[in-house]
Amino acid sequence: MEEVFRGMWVVAYRELLRFVQERSRIFSSFAMPLLFLVIFGAGFNRIIGAMTPGVDYIQFMYPGIIAMTVLMSSVMSGLSIVWDREFGFLKEILVAPLGRSGIVLGKAAGSATVAVIQGIVMLVLAPFLGVSLSPLMVIELIPMLIIISLSLSGLGVLIASRMRSQQGFQIIVQIIIMPMMFLSGVFFPVNNVPTWMEVISKINPLTYGVDAIRQLFLGQAGNAIGVTVFGHTMTILQDVLVVVILGVVLLSIATWSFSKQE
Amino acid sequence: MNTIEVEELSRNFGQLVAVDRVSFQVAEGEIFGFLGPNGAGKTTTINMLCTLLALSGGRAIVNGYDVVRQRSEVRHSIGLVFQEPALDEYLTAEQNLRFHAYAYNIPKELREKRIGKLLELVELSDRRKSKVRTFSGGMKRRLEIARGLLHNPRVLFLDEPTLGLDPQTRRLIWDYILALRKENNLTIFLTTHYMDEAENSDRISIIDHGRIIALDTPDKLKDALGGDVITLKAVDNNAAALELKERYPELSSGPSPVVQNGVITFSVPQGEKFLPKLMDSFQSHLLSIGIRRPTLDDVFLNLTGRAIRDEEAGFKEQMKGMVMRRGHGR
Repeated sequence: MEEVFRGMWVVAYRELLRFVQERSRIFSSFAMPLLFLVIFGAGFNRIIGAMTPGVDYIQFMYPGIIAMTVLMSSVMSGLSIVWDREFGFLKEILVAPLGRSGIVLGKAAGSATVAVIQGIVMLVLAPFLGVSLSPLMVIELIPMLIIISLSLSGLGVLIASRMRSQQGFQIIVQIIIMPMMFLSGVFFPVNNVPTWMEVISKINPLTYGVDAIRQLFLGQAGNAIGVTVFGHTMTILQDVLVVVILGVVLLSIATWSFSKQE
Repeated sequence: MNTIEVEELSRNFGQLVAVDRVSFQVAEGEIFGFLGPNGAGKTTTINMLCTLLALSGGRAIVNGYDVVRQRSEVRHSIGLVFQEPALDEYLTAEQNLRFHAYAYNIPKELREKRIGKLLELVELSDRRKSKVRTFSGGMKRRLEIARGLLHNPRVLFLDEPTLGLDPQTRRLIWDYILALRKENNLTIFLTTHYMDEAENSDRISIIDHGRIIALDTPDKLKDALGGDVITLKAVDNNAAALELKERYPELSSGPSPVVQNGVITFSVPQGEKFLPKLMDSFQSHLLSIGIRRPTLDDVFLNLTGRAIRDEEAGFKEQMKGMVMRRGHGR
């Protein structure tokens, strides 16, 4: 047990050390969400705005963009495993007396910390977008971001556990992560879309993460356009519960897949 | 007491038998050379001894711990320098070592002292705060050796520790290794492509097709070849080799004549007496003759039918050889 905790802490420690030292990574993880916010916000405001009664399109999109930032940095934690495997450092970790599940949880914890920091930095934009923030909201947002990023890191590690090359990982990102991002309700509500799209959106864990953050930010107006499952509109707590369950499942499979000795 | 005991160790990858019922012991304080062509099973064996790979059969005990049942104890007691560099290039030398210290749970009061001492030993003290990606290949290797020793292992696994380094750096790294061994009675398990480095071993085992085909001291392995090594270069090597075999059937009882890299190599008990006899009556047109004491290269060539250096020549090299042979064809 002690080896699991030590594994968790050393891996998370290194993750944070790397994050602090790579300033370009901090910047680049904001670039894409910000780009979407500005371009989509300006371009679709009038068109999609009609689908989101009571809220401005940018206000609608903004909470989702925060979730997207978390998704990006969580997936990056998977990429860093593939990177370590390619550059040999993974061997140093694997041959050390550390519990395998600790290594997976450490990766997830490290990237969750990074994701929370990035999510909070995104809050700086709130006043410019006309989204009102209260200290309570920020306090509630932090555990939410931690839960979302832990479970999405589970996904990242799971993909990475069997990947040998960065190219392979990039392809998986293209065919899994990109659709996940677009079909999560970040850019448009997923209630009034073709059935096939609605089905995919509603088995997408990110959808519930986005919905939880949106309802937290927009209150009553957010609930009115919230995700419905079989006619029932999800509450924040139910959204979070879905993410927690998915996270436990994903992290368990990731640990199992990663620890299987070759 | 033996530091490493391996009994009937096997590993299959599907149909392929990578390591086939291998047995050997390594004594405490010994430098044990593990040689073999690429794909012979060297790295597979090391990975099993280091608990990175499951066994298909047999048993391996390292420092008294079973590599399957006492994985954690084995990991605590071994140090590794991998064939491929395994440093975090974006961290500094010091941060890499500190990560290792945390991972191996080295007590705080020992940590900084040991890091300082080891950095000094490998002469990297002045670069301790530099990022590893600014290091040369030799510096990285030295840092890896320091890291492998940080947790005071009783056995150090060196998988091709000097691959791709210049001769001067190779010499330097060997100086460290030999000094360490002397100081701490460290056991060293070594794989290498360089036969002059293998000479540093107390004992050498040669593995081919997953089986150990020889295990002895370097001197005894060389003596086993019997006498002197003769190299001949003829206009037609194959015809000359054939003539040799016909004329001196006793040669095929020992290491038989092998045509390799454009020369015929074989050994005889007393080279200086054999050569005049050969010159008297040999029919094939010879271009050059050489006589020397056997080296480990000869041992390797004789046992595996390949020179170890050829193993390093990649596909490109082989292609070049083919094109050249064609160009000079009759």
